[in-house]
Amino acid sequence: MQASLDQKYNFEVVKWFTVASVIYLVVGTLVGVYIASELAWPVLNFNTAELSFGRLRPLHTNAVIFAFGGCALMATSFYSVQRTCGVKLWSDKLAWFVFWGWNAIIVSAVITLPLGMTSGKEYAELEWPIDIAIAIVWLAYGLNFTMTIATRKTSHIYVSNWFFLSMIVMITYLHVVNSLAIPVSAFNSYSVFSGVQDAMIQWWWGHNAVGFYLTAGFLGIMYYFVPKQAGRPVFSYRLSVIHFWALSFGYVWLGAHHLQYTALPDWTGSLGAAVSLAMIIPSWGGAVNGMMTLSGAWDKLRTDYVLRFLIISLAFYAMSTFEGPVMSAKTVNALSHYTDWTIGHVHSGALGWVAMVAAGALYHMVMRLWNTEMYSAKLVNLHFWLATVGAVIYIIAMWVSGIMQGLMWRDYDEFGTLTYTFAESVAAMHPYYAMRAVGGMIYWLGGAIMLYNVVMTIRQASRASESSPAAAAA
Amino acid sequence: MADQIHSTKFQDKIERNIFAMLIMLMIVLSVGGIVEIVPLFYLDETMEHNQNPEIVWDRKDGQSLKDWAPGDGMRPYTATELAGREIYIREGCYLCHSQMIRPFRDEKERYGHYSLASESMYDHPFQWGSKRTGPDLARVGGKYSDDWHERHLIAPRDVVPESVMPNYPWLAKAGIDGDQMETTMSAMRMVGVPYTDADIAGAKEDVKGKTELQAMVEYLQVLGTMVKLDYNKDYR
Repeated sequence: MQASLDQKYNFEVVKWFTVASVIYLVVGTLVGVYIASELAWPVLNFNTAELSFGRLRPLHTNAVIFAFGGCALMATSFYSVQRTCGVKLWSDKLAWFVFWGWNAIIVSAVITLPLGMTSGKEYAELEWPIDIAIAIVWLAYGLNFTMTIATRKTSHIYVSNWFFLSMIVMITYLHVVNSLAIPVSAFNSYSVFSGVQDAMIQWWWGHNAVGFYLTAGFLGIMYYFVPKQAGRPVFSYRLSVIHFWALSFGYVWLGAHHLQYTALPDWTGSLGAAVSLAMIIPSWGGAVNGMMTLSGAWDKLRTDYVLRFLIISLAFYAMSTFEGPVMSAKTVNALSHYTDWTIGHVHSGALGWVAMVAAGALYHMVMRLWNTEMYSAKLVNLHFWLATVGAVIYIIAMWVSGIMQGLMWRDYDEFGTLTYTFAESVAAMHPYYAMRAVGGMIYWLGGAIMLYNVVMTIRQASRASESSPAAAAA
Repeated sequence: MADQIHSTKFQDKIERNIFAMLIMLMIVLSVGGIVEIVPLFYLDETMEHNQNPEIVWDRKDGQSLKDWAPGDGMRPYTATELAGREIYIREGCYLCHSQMIRPFRDEKERYGHYSLASESMYDHPFQWGSKRTGPDLARVGGKYSDDWHERHLIAPRDVVPESVMPNYPWLAKAGIDGDQMETTMSAMRMVGVPYTDADIAGAKEDVKGKTELQAMVEYLQVLGTMVKLDYNKDYR
C-alpha cells in the first residue's frame, strides 16, 4: 500500500518540507523568546549589534512567517494537491528547486538580517537580491502547484486548492509591488515610494501577508486536514464557496486600518475599517465550516490529539478574526494602536491559529508519509497543552500591557495635565513583558517536544522498514 | 452525481477549469489594492502642501541645503542626516519608535502637532512605525541636546533609568562612507527627492570625519523641525 503510494505521488519533497517546517518552528519561536526577554531584561542585548532587538526582531518575524509558515504551506499544499488531484506533482525537479531555493533564501535571511541589511519595511525587510530570489522561487512553486491541478484526474478542483491558489496569486502581487526599490549597493536599497503612498502599500502588503499567507493558505490546510483527520466530509460546500470569494475579495481592503488617524487620508482608513467589520462574516464562515465538520464526531476529540490541534486552532481563529475587526473600529483603534495589544492580537493568530493548525497537519502527514504511528501520543498531547497554555499566557500578558499602555498615555490628572511620563508607562510594562517571555518559553517547549517526537517517529519508521522482509525484498 | 451542480453554473465552470479560476482570482484580488492605493498618487488632497504651499521650502536657484533654517519648510535631508536615517533603518529603530503623531489631545501635549503627509514626502521608505515600545520621534528634533542624545544612544539607562532600549556603543566607533552617500543621494533623486548636483557633489564634504553616532544625532535633531505648523489651521 505504502510502496504504491510512494510510486504514485512524490512524497520525498513533502517529507523534507515537513521536517524543515518543524525545525523552523523551534528556531523561529526561540528567537521570539529571546527578543521578548530583551524587552523585559535589556541587558540581554549584550552591547552587540547582531544580538540587539532591532536586528533580531525582523529575524524572528521572517523565521516564523516565511521559514516555518512557508515550509508548512509548501509541505501541506504539495501533499494535499497530489492527494486531491490523484496525480503526482507536475514536475519533481521544480519541486526540489523550490525546496532548495526557499531554504537558501531562509539561510540568506539568517545571515543578512542580524548584519543590519534591511529595506526597513516591516515583514518585508529582506534586501533586493533576496527579494528577486523570493519572486522566482515563489513563481516556480505557483507554477508547479497550478500545473499539478491542471493535470488532475478529478473533475472538480477541491476547495483546499482554491485557498492555496488565492494565496499564490495575492502574495505575488504583494511581494512584487511592495518590494519595488532602487538599489544603491549589493545589499542596500530604498523604496521607490515615499511617505503616505509607501505607508499604504506597506500595510496593503503587511495585512495581506497575514490575510493570504497566514489565513487563506492555512485555511487551505484546514480544508484538507480537518475533514481527513475527522473522517467526515466538509460541513457545507456552499458556505465554502461563499466565504472563499468573500474572503479573497474582502481581505485585500483591510490594510488601511493599520493607518487610522495617521496622515493617510481619512477616506482610505475608514474604508479599510468598514470592510474589516464586514470581514467577520467570511472569516467566521471558515471557522464554522471547520468546526461543524466535526458535528456528530465530537467524541473523537477525547482520543485524537491531532484533531485537538486542528479544532483549537479554529477556536483561536474565530477569536482573533473577531478581535481584529473590533480593533479596526476607530474608537478602539485610537487606544490599541501603537500598543502591545497589536502584538497580542498577531500572536493569538500566529500561536493559536497558524502554528496549531500547522502542527495538526504536520502530525497527520508525518504518520502517513512514514506510514507509522507517532513515537509517542502522550508527547503530542503534552505539546498540545504546552502550546495552549503558552499561547494563552502570552495573549493575556499583551492584552493587559496593551490596554494599560493605551490608558496611561491618555490619562489626565485633576489639573488637566498628563498623569504619566512615557518612561513611567515603560516601567509599568516590565511584569507583563516578563510574563510574555514565560508564555513564549512554554510555547517554544511544546515545539521542541514536537521536534523530538517527529525525529523519534522517523527513526522508528526507518528501523521498522529495515527489519521488515517486504522492504528488503523490494 | 459528479455532474450535479451544487452551486451555480459559473462557479461550477470555474471549479472545473484551473485557468478560469486563476483569472477570476487575479481580477477579484486586484480590486481592493487598486481602489485604495492608486488615488493616493493623484488626489491633490492627499498631500497637504498642495493646499498649503508654505509647507515645502521654496528653494531659490543656487541655494544650498545650508541656507535653510528650521521652519522654512520641507527640504531633502543633508548627506549626514540621510546617513543617520540609514542607521536608524539598519538598527530597526522603527520597530519600537513611531514617527506619526495622531490628532489627539494627549499626543499633542506629549509630542506636538499631529503629523502631516507632506512631512514624510522625501522619506524613502516611510518610517511611521507601528509600535511605541519607546516614544514617538516625529518631533523629537530640538527637544534634547546633542550631548543628551549621544549619551542616551550609547547607554540609554544612564539618562532614562526605566528605558528598555539596547545600548548602541558601536555607533561611536564607525565612520560614514562619503562615496556611498553620493550614490544614495543620486538614487534618492531618481525616485523624486529634489537634490541638486551641488548637494550630491557636497555629500563627501558634509559627512567628512563624522561618526555614525553624530550622523544619527543630526538626523534625530532635524525630525519635526522642518515645517512651522499653525495650531489654528486645519491641515487635513
